[in-house]
Amino acid sequence: MTAAIPTPTTAPPPEERRRRAPLRGRLGDQAFAWALLAPAFVVLIAFTHYPIIRSAWSSAHSRRGDLSAVQYETLVNDPVFWQVLRNNLWFALGTVPTSMALAILMAVWVNGKLRGKGFVRLAYFTPTILPMVAVASIWLFFFSPGVGPINGLLGAVGLPTRNWLGDPDTVLPALMVMMIWKQAGFFMIFYLAGLQNMSPELEEASTLEGASRWYHFRRVTFPLLMPTTLFVFVVAVTDAFKIIDHLFIMTGGGPNNASNLLLFYIYDTAFTFFDPNYAGALTMALVVILGLAAVIQFTVLERRVHYR
Amino acid sequence: MTTNVETLPGQGGMRPGRILETAGAWLLGILWLIPLVFAVWASVHHRDAATSFDLTAPLTFDNFASVWSGAPFGRYYLNTILLVSGILVGQLVLGVLAAYAFARFRFVGSNIAFALVLVQLMIAPDILISENYTTMASLKLVDTIPAIGLPYIASAFGIFLLRQTFKSMPIELDEAAEIEGAGRMGRLWRVYVPLAKPTLVAYGLVSVSTHWNNFLWPLVITNSVNSRPLTVGLAVYNGTESGIDWTLLSAATVLVVAPLLIAFLIFQRQFVQSFMRAGIR
Repeated sequence: MTAAIPTPTTAPPPEERRRRAPLRGRLGDQAFAWALLAPAFVVLIAFTHYPIIRSAWSSAHSRRGDLSAVQYETLVNDPVFWQVLRNNLWFALGTVPTSMALAILMAVWVNGKLRGKGFVRLAYFTPTILPMVAVASIWLFFFSPGVGPINGLLGAVGLPTRNWLGDPDTVLPALMVMMIWKQAGFFMIFYLAGLQNMSPELEEASTLEGASRWYHFRRVTFPLLMPTTLFVFVVAVTDAFKIIDHLFIMTGGGPNNASNLLLFYIYDTAFTFFDPNYAGALTMALVVILGLAAVIQFTVLERRVHYR
Repeated sequence: MTTNVETLPGQGGMRPGRILETAGAWLLGILWLIPLVFAVWASVHHRDAATSFDLTAPLTFDNFASVWSGAPFGRYYLNTILLVSGILVGQLVLGVLAAYAFARFRFVGSNIAFALVLVQLMIAPDILISENYTTMASLKLVDTIPAIGLPYIASAFGIFLLRQTFKSMPIELDEAAEIEGAGRMGRLWRVYVPLAKPTLVAYGLVSVSTHWNNFLWPLVITNSVNSRPLTVGLAVYNGTESGIDWTLLSAATVLVVAPLLIAFLIFQRQFVQSFMRAGIR
């Protein structure tokens, strides 16, 4: 991902050289490039761009089919929408920074001198390759009030036990814990790749200067990892709005919508309540949120990456 | 990180900071493994022993037998394998072609085209389930394996990743091949694809595990055993209102994750390394 950030080079980039190619070659290249792109674009347009436009279109129509803003009026006055939106923002806020921080910690650990490095690295990464549906089943058991080991442990040390997934106050945090567990190891791989691409001389220089490891991490390693951080951040934010598999298994969005997230609400609206127009409006809301997130990430954060 | 604020780098041996770090790393590792270890444990025990954690409890494989006969897992396996291999082939072909265009050719509209690709990086097909279902219905593809895979075979992540890889390759190789008389497709096939192998492997592994595990879209678009993949089969198994049999569920879970887990254990080193060599960072 670092290559996405322009770096000064002495040799002219390939595009420059190609500009000097004879006209006939250039025209051939044009047609050839578009022919190469065509298959991917047919699929991209059919299943990404066209459905976005369709969502916009159906969201601007009433159920009877005439042009109206009724879907957006419903949206603004829909308390469930606002709750689901709030839930999703909390879910992102609760999972993204924590799993990224854990991922960095994990990467630093398994990149350094650590006994049993291979085993630990494997352990961190395992949740990543398990399907969310399977993971959700296992965690459903962990959180379950009767036999669940979490309550068992709490009871054993004399702490109050709870029905974690049945209580509106604890259901979302419980799901966040599972999400962090699921994702941290995946993000670790990206940070590990970033660390391994770092020149070892940097750390040697810091050692000679007598800098502590923490100081070296704060002033050298972490700034150099900024492009990785930006990439992981983009993935993490998208995932926070995309991953809902666990809701099917663990809570169904309940109790009382306390764990309902935007995409799950879209699913319910489209396939349980069969209201495609309102589902279109909800989809547009999600598209706008992700679009805004993208703009913020690529303007504000990219600038910070350059200042490293 | 706070445990070693005072420690200096480069000093070997086991000082308190280092011991604390190792302990922390291991503790976290064990915590991270517990759910999987539990699933395996419950899958090989009888119902009563599964939740008591008695180490002397007798092992049994009855759970696997009843899960395997209780649902058409053979069919689910076949469907999943067909699905992930189909998606992978599609993604590699479409991705390599598109990435080659972006990395090595100047053409009118290339920036707009690339921006259109990046849209999918943020707004994944998963989010557009409602409209994509309508499209599949009009194509008469509902409840087929191609319908599960089609929305994913043009992957923005794949195109982006391969474009970066192709761009980082020295243009001299391309020019040398051109002088030797290789055409545009010949250069792609003989220069770029072989050099991009680590990226292709890393991307392939990510793709397979992603689509092996995908759930929402297959759930929406399938409604029969003939097309349902493992994840949806597992969830149907899960959907009992009258209390869940944890041992059976664990056995089913282990059946679903076993192939990926075994493959991962075997290829662990290569997997992590190809990720790093690919420079996905």
